[in-house]
Amino acid sequence: MTTASSAEPTRRDFLYIATGAVGAIGAASVLVPLIAQMNPDASTIAAGAPIDVDLAPIAEGQAIKVFWRGKPIYINHRTKKEIDEARNVDLATLPDPQPDSARVKEGHANFQVLIGICTHLGCIPLAHQGDFDGYFCPCHGSQYDTSGRIRRGPAPANLPLPPYEFVSDTKIRIG
Amino acid sequence: MSGHATYQPQSGFMKWMERRLPIAGLVYSSFVAYPTPRNLNYWWTFGGILSVMLVIQIITGITLAMHYTPHVDLAFKSVESIMRDVNYGWLLRYVHANGASMFFAAAYIHMFRGMYYGSYKDPREVLWILGVILLLLMIATGFMGYVLPWGQMSFWAATVITNLFSAIPVVGESVVSWLWGGYSVGNPTLQRFYSLHYLLPFVIAGVVVLHVWALHVVGQNNPTGIDPKTDKDTVPFTPYATIKDSFFLALFFIVFSFFIFYMPNFMGHADNYIPANPAVTPSHIVPEWYYLPFYAILRAIPNKLLGVGALGASIVILAFLPWLDTSRVRSARYRPYFKQLFWVFVAVCIGLGWLGGKPAEGGYVIASRLLTAYYFAHFLIILPLLGIFEKTKPLPNSISESVLPPTTAGTR
Ligand code: HEM
Ligand code: FES
Repeated sequence: MTTASSAEPTRRDFLYIATGAVGAIGAASVLVPLIAQMNPDASTIAAGAPIDVDLAPIAEGQAIKVFWRGKPIYINHRTKKEIDEARNVDLATLPDPQPDSARVKEGHANFQVLIGICTHLGCIPLAHQGDFDGYFCPCHGSQYDTSGRIRRGPAPANLPLPPYEFVSDTKIRIG
Repeated sequence: MSGHATYQPQSGFMKWMERRLPIAGLVYSSFVAYPTPRNLNYWWTFGGILSVMLVIQIITGITLAMHYTPHVDLAFKSVESIMRDVNYGWLLRYVHANGASMFFAAAYIHMFRGMYYGSYKDPREVLWILGVILLLLMIATGFMGYVLPWGQMSFWAATVITNLFSAIPVVGESVVSWLWGGYSVGNPTLQRFYSLHYLLPFVIAGVVVLHVWALHVVGQNNPTGIDPKTDKDTVPFTPYATIKDSFFLALFFIVFSFFIFYMPNFMGHADNYIPANPAVTPSHIVPEWYYLPFYAILRAIPNKLLGVGALGASIVILAFLPWLDTSRVRSARYRPYFKQLFWVFVAVCIGLGWLGGKPAEGGYVIASRLLTAYYFAHFLIILPLLGIFEKTKPLPNSISESVLPPTTAGTR
């Protein structure tokens, strides 16, 4: 190494920086596959294809659970009382305000489809339980109403809705 | 304090070796001649106990791995076959499962020891921080191990703990999916946890080497908290510390064996003997006892992000302890108020642990909030102020003066 602090960058400085930069880019590009291998693989993604569910056997007041992408999906055939409870709520009082109409498909308010995974830390809430007749999470006590909206407890958000559509009056396709 | 005798190779072979790889000399100076303060009490034996526990976990773990199958359809069955079919499989598994508990118990005692005697203070900050890193690694290892038997508790622990990361703003969901390797906890999750559960104990072993290295640079603290001044204040590690450590290790093993042979499932949960069922969450899920205080802190806070933040902060704050405690006096022996507040802090931690096992409702939540507030106040308010306002007792002139009767103090 030279002792003089030369004002002009030397060719050697250039080589150091160039070598360092190439090394850094190389190291970063090796990280990409190492990290990406942990993301959902092709078979997992393929297994996440849409599923059809026949609603006819679900009696009024009954809730069933089906699985889509390893996630439990609740399909609740709501009673009139449950629908009324969900609709007669002052939205301003909700932690995550959303009208019930935005959480069901138009004309199918009696069927409510949602992902049964507590938005707190992922436990499965129990249907038809809790202070709001909706869902109660046994893990840390989150309470959801008959629309699956968070009402009390540590969960920050309403139970999410899966993408789904009615293919006929008694059949839905989830996914 | 230059130490006692140094290593003199005797045989021709050892002389030859010493000039090429001075490993015998290193072992001799670190574990035979190494000067340890003469006044160490039994609380100082837990470092050795921890090292032995790590070795036990690695040996039983590697033998369990010869029979365990990391697949969602086979994991539970393979653990049951370890219990019923594999020769001494029940023993290996019970030693490993209870060993994890004993490991944590020893770690917590070791840490409270450090807090009581001020072992984290200048010049032992790096030593202390390496200890906090070891605790974090142990927490991760124990958690991933608990997932392997793939019972109900395994599955739901994996779900709840990985979901902690969903609290991260914006990228939370993608991070969780990346951790799972899917859209929920499943086979990819189990397999990567197995890989990491195998790896991390060796990372722990590596950090232990750094921890011991740092220890041997700065030397051990001792119950007086004052530095050894002359050779009279120290004794050679062997035989003094070796025998004392072995004796207490034997007592520790009696407790350990009692659990293994008489109540092997006492520290586990019955629900984990039910195969994992992604459709049903058990009605009362709790982590292993050694995570309960942190779990109580998580649940005390009604906001998800803040709850997860507090959980993380409650561990990370330990790393800042050397700077939060402003007192120059190390040992609680000479700090009358700190000594009492230390025991209050221990009680608060135990209280949090008890609350973490209770359902999150009513009075339990209120109590958890109070104790959580106290936990943080201990670090952020009490320790900084105490160092400024506390009137400490006079320190002895030397370690020997503190342990020997006044007449002999000068003569030995
Ligand atoms: C830091 C040291 C370690 C800790 C704290 C630890 C902790 C644990 C825990 C808590 C369990 C669950 C026990 C149960 O409930 O059945 C477990 C299981 C397991 N561990 Fe470890 N472990 C450690 C080191 C290792 C090592 C080095 C291996 C080597 C591969 C290993 C292999 C296994 C296997 C195969 C299982 C599943 C069988 C079973 O459930 O008993 N562990 N570990
Ligand atoms: S996971 Fe549902 S309340 Fe925590």
